[in-house]
Amino acid sequence: MPKNILEVKDLKKYFPIRSGFFSKPVAWVKAVDGVSFEMQQGEVLGLVGESGCGKTTLVNVLLKLEEPTSGKVFFDGLDLFNMDKKDLRRIRKHLQIVFQDPFWSLNPRLLIRDIVGEPIKVHTELGGEELVKRVGNLLEMVGLPRDGVYMYPHEFSGGERQRIAIARALALSPKLVVLDEPTSSIDILSQAQILELLKELKKSLGLTYILISHDLSVVSHMADRIAVMYLGKMVEYGPAEQVFSQAAHPYTQALFAAIPTLDTEGIDSIATIEGNVPSAINPPSGCRFHTRCPMAKDICSQKEPAMVRLGGGHTAACHFINQK
Amino acid sequence: MTKSLGIIKSIKPRIREVRLSLHLLGRNRLTRLSLGVVILLILTALVSPFIVPHPEHIEKETNPVDKLQPPSGKYFFGTDELGRDIFSRVIYGTRISLKTALVAVGLALIIGIPLGAIAGATGGLVDEVIMRITDIFLSFPPLLLAIAIAAFLGPSLENAMLAIAVSWWPWYTRLIRGQAVSIKERQFVKAARAIGTPPIRIIFGHIVPNCIAPVIVQASMDIGGVILTIASLSFLGLGAQSPTPEWGLMVSTSRNYFLNAWWYSIFPGLAIFITVLVFNLLGDGLREILDPRTRKI
Amino acid sequence: MSGYFEIENLNVGFKTFEGEKNVLDIDSLVLDKGETFGIVGESGAGKTVLALTILRLLSTPPAVIRSGSINFNGENLLQKTEKEMRRIRGRKISMIFQDPMSTLNPVFTVGEQIVRVFMNNKKLSRKEAAKEALSMIDMVKLPDAGNIMGKYPHELSGGQRQRIVIAIALSCGAEFLIADEPTRNLDVTIQAGILKLVAELQRELGVTVLFIANNLGLVSVICNRVAILHEGRIIETGKAREVLRGSRHPYTHTLLNAVPGGSVERVLPGVLMPGGEKGTSGEGCRYYSRCPERQDICRARVPDPGEISGTHTVACHRAFKGGEAGAKEYSGS
Repeated sequence: MPKNILEVKDLKKYFPIRSGFFSKPVAWVKAVDGVSFEMQQGEVLGLVGESGCGKTTLVNVLLKLEEPTSGKVFFDGLDLFNMDKKDLRRIRKHLQIVFQDPFWSLNPRLLIRDIVGEPIKVHTELGGEELVKRVGNLLEMVGLPRDGVYMYPHEFSGGERQRIAIARALALSPKLVVLDEPTSSIDILSQAQILELLKELKKSLGLTYILISHDLSVVSHMADRIAVMYLGKMVEYGPAEQVFSQAAHPYTQALFAAIPTLDTEGIDSIATIEGNVPSAINPPSGCRFHTRCPMAKDICSQKEPAMVRLGGGHTAACHFINQK
Repeated sequence: MTKSLGIIKSIKPRIREVRLSLHLLGRNRLTRLSLGVVILLILTALVSPFIVPHPEHIEKETNPVDKLQPPSGKYFFGTDELGRDIFSRVIYGTRISLKTALVAVGLALIIGIPLGAIAGATGGLVDEVIMRITDIFLSFPPLLLAIAIAAFLGPSLENAMLAIAVSWWPWYTRLIRGQAVSIKERQFVKAARAIGTPPIRIIFGHIVPNCIAPVIVQASMDIGGVILTIASLSFLGLGAQSPTPEWGLMVSTSRNYFLNAWWYSIFPGLAIFITVLVFNLLGDGLREILDPRTRKI
Repeated sequence: MSGYFEIENLNVGFKTFEGEKNVLDIDSLVLDKGETFGIVGESGAGKTVLALTILRLLSTPPAVIRSGSINFNGENLLQKTEKEMRRIRGRKISMIFQDPMSTLNPVFTVGEQIVRVFMNNKKLSRKEAAKEALSMIDMVKLPDAGNIMGKYPHELSGGQRQRIVIAIALSCGAEFLIADEPTRNLDVTIQAGILKLVAELQRELGVTVLFIANNLGLVSVICNRVAILHEGRIIETGKAREVLRGSRHPYTHTLLNAVPGGSVERVLPGVLMPGGEKGTSGEGCRYYSRCPERQDICRARVPDPGEISGTHTVACHRAFKGGEAGAKEYSGS
């Protein structure tokens, strides 16, 4: 049995809302409210949800870009929230991220050599010609010409910039790469190419991915396991095939129904979820989805549903699912 | 050999950038003109000791025989009360004004940029302390503060420069800080943090280069303002001292002879006017091209 | 014969640092009144340039409209003066942009912004304008219109903002709506809502919609007809179903393959890696360097659009040879 590369236990991140400058917080934004999951080496976890569901906050906390409120994260068996700065810096080598927006994730004033070479410079002694060669190799690996080393980010298209961001993330041969909406701001052809590239790289380098997206169809190409988040909570989690073929939670079903594909016949066959994501400051009582759920009954607003096991590691949090 | 090749390669894209910038600068006629005049001014400043017709009139020598002569073939801009050639002195004044302005602005930048960047990027208490100190300086009108400092240090050109630098840096600090606060939220800064880049490197490698554009614009406009301030200080007797051919000082002395010798005040005044104007125009032009997002085409 | 909306021989170039570039080269594009027409292409294909050219909002220079005509209701938009155009924009032709946040003014409430449009354009009193504004917000299906009126753009979600933008675009009775990737950067659930709204408005108000997008799947859901734009040229056009099911252009195949499907098993066919020189204008087919089915003739001569059926046109040399490429049907998902 492969070992767990990442274990997240009851992770919470609350942001305080203060009314005055030095005053005590008057309320809390519960961006991530008790999320737990495990990941094995070489697997792809698809993290899906609308904007505001807390998926980006979750990642920021995982990468220690923000301090957690409570909970534990073990990376490769090491407690991420309980280590000194030096160890943390060493760990960062193995834990990389590719951001959503390829236009602002690359420093516009630096050459590609310095952008992709930065992690190498920070963590190793490599410099000069050696560094340029390394960066050139990395560029080739992501399907860009070596000459790109001496160019500026603005000389590349959106899809190409995202390849550069991937090259940077891979510069130190990380174990886990977080892909935060890697294709949501580039067009569809580049999206297909980037997903394909990520797949190839995973195969050849044995990478583990957390792939974040609001689009289930993007996740469908890659994920082994899928976690659906709504307002800081995980509502469904399980092997990709099962979630796709038998989505249990009404929210997951709604996410599927909203995607226009080539098989969609006309506008009436795509469905929307009524209303907006409620505020995370005072999330709805009981099941957080009940304000928009087509199946909502009285119990949904009173009692928070527990995760129900559906077999095969597939779980969902809804009152109307029959336990298997 | 291979190493030098690498350096050449890494310079090439920068040259491309500069060429693009120059191309964009050249598109606006007013900017093109101001750039031309600025280059002319700098050249003049560099070679002025060798080209002026009467170098002996610049510092020590006087020529009482020809005092207060109107402009003529011999003295293009006329002469002053000691018979010195005003043309020579105005031309040489370019050197003094540009030098003092560059040094004063440069000093202000050296103080202002790191402080602002650190305040903006770090936030919290550090930010509070730096910015409140800045606020203290900003609460005085800059000219008044410069006058006070110059008066305290004693009247000389060097002290005037220092006084201007001290009264000017808070403006850059505030400007940079505002930029840094927004830049630090950019994803590339987050990316650098995720990589494990040390904070000091993030500030000076990522944040400062991206905040610098508006500061360059501001600084190039300020060169005009600083020249004006130095002239003002000299006019008040707090800057350059006689016989230094500083424009403000010349205008100041000319007051006594204004009714019979118009040329005495007009030409140094015109020099101040033109210099301040072209630096402001250049600053405007720079603002248009320095934003990496708007300059693609 | 003169249609409702007709573009002919439109050629737009851009003056850049490195010389002049051809960005739009459209032989013919005809829209019928009341239809939803989709324009699909990658970024850089000239989609937005086309939209801005129609509205005459393209800044010239750097852009140069070299030739062509855009006939709308029998009038050539390219020959209108700026003053005449101002009367057409908003009242006849309106546009919704990609980014609703930058379309709305952040310092006024959204209600104020809609009210002003009515006051300026229809010369209504503030009271009447407010009433009209309320009904516009109702029309774009935002609940609790009165409350929404008092909100600032940043207090609304992306989907709500885009609905407000649509309300403003239609508030002066425009009959022709250009939607430039209105759902880009929106969540799929919000996207579905906006698509439904556009479709409903189109049905109820009878507006003609030019829908620009980069996702063929999305366009096919709401459009009657589509055109595929590649580097400024329309390479295939036809009914949505014809293009989707019986596409004849290799580039359209690539675009179709790029639409993410719904099932796990579906594997993306090897979409081409980037490479090949882009934008080599002039001789030959512009897709040559990336085309998997290229031949020598493709390099030598620009393919002319040819009819597959009365409604379906393709500009590709291979489409009519009856060869392998020609008959290949899209077999996806």
